[in-house]
Amino acid sequence: MPSTRDIRRRINSVKNTAKITKAMQMVAASKMRRAQQAALSGRPYAALMNEVLGNVTHHVSDFTHPLMEKRGGPKRAVILIGTDKGLCGALNSNLMREASKFDKTTTVYITAGRKAAQFVARSRRTVAAEFSYKDAPLFNEARTISKFAREMFLNGAVDCVDILYTTFISTLSQRPEIRPFLPIGAIQPVKAGMAGERTEAMLMHGPTEFLFEPGADQVLAALLPHSLNFQVYQVLLEAKASEQSAKMVAMKNATDNANQLIKDLTLEYNKIRQATITKELLEIASAAMALS
Amino acid sequence: MASTLQLEIVTPDAKVFSEGVEMVTLPGAEGEMGIYPQHVPLLTQIVPGEVIVRKEGRDYFLAVGDGFVEITGERVAIMTDMAIRAEHIDEARAEGARQRAEARLAGQMDDEESAMVSAALAHSLAQLKVKRRHQH
Repeated sequence: MPSTRDIRRRINSVKNTAKITKAMQMVAASKMRRAQQAALSGRPYAALMNEVLGNVTHHVSDFTHPLMEKRGGPKRAVILIGTDKGLCGALNSNLMREASKFDKTTTVYITAGRKAAQFVARSRRTVAAEFSYKDAPLFNEARTISKFAREMFLNGAVDCVDILYTTFISTLSQRPEIRPFLPIGAIQPVKAGMAGERTEAMLMHGPTEFLFEPGADQVLAALLPHSLNFQVYQVLLEAKASEQSAKMVAMKNATDNANQLIKDLTLEYNKIRQATITKELLEIASAAMALS
Repeated sequence: MASTLQLEIVTPDAKVFSEGVEMVTLPGAEGEMGIYPQHVPLLTQIVPGEVIVRKEGRDYFLAVGDGFVEITGERVAIMTDMAIRAEHIDEARAEGARQRAEARLAGQMDDEESAMVSAALAHSLAQLKVKRRHQH
């Protein structure tokens, strides 16, 4: 049976842990609100960009751009977007489970976030480049990643590029998702719910041919890279929102568990204390009886 | 036949405008363009400048940054990195931003940085232009 002092010490240490996790929960909660806001407000732009790109690539039959070229080769790059820090529940392990499904021999990884880089190194896969991104992702960071992936694709190092990231659904739910990135043409909407919207829009526009001003090559040469940059940016925002939400929930669970543990330990502590008192009383009483 | 255009202006931060309007004037890369309903489908680029929206006989002005416009018979979708309504422009702040950008452009920097500062300068110039034109 543990002594009362041992239990008291344990209660104190659990209390300290609870304080720390509570603080981390608060920090994550405030960052989460900002990150969620950023991810959600970027969605209309991303959706419109996808829709326009979809219309354009479907309706421009006589024009191809190097970024739209389908080569069908086996070489693949995956932009893997993980987190920098742990303590965010199963977020990274879910993501890495998806990441390990790609063929080791033909896939190279472009990582963002320390956990993603660690995974690739640990599982002995090939890293093409490591990037980092801040708590509030910057467009510049996204542009660097996108530019790197674009160059790999254009110089033939890889035949297609995918993005693997955690999409933000709600505070309680985030899901790893794979999006084709290059070649352009297999573009998918950022959010599953937007798929219906886009097909409807396509029907509405019908098989109209677009005019371009100044010229198709000029407009596409500006539009395609920009839309790719923006896709990466939006994905970073989504990943950040997911990370902060998962962290908030994980820390809340940890705090709840710690409080439950404190309750249980306090109960045990009181039981032992009472048992000791009862035992002492009995000893005193029996000693008194023996003397009389 | 549709007599209005659905105008959508979105920036990475927000949806700025989503209404039916009668006419839109855009700062195209090759000069201003006026868009009426039933325009032929067109995809074009815009440069920092002024968007004029005519709705129910009144004109509204917005300062916009670089971007793309998709035009179909019944819709104009503007995707840009900045869009501010004339009445929301803070002239003092825009002026301050312009001066800072100009000061930085005078110094040394690499291509990427200078592209960023030039974009910032173009943004503040567009805001100032819109604001000053409609004050009087």
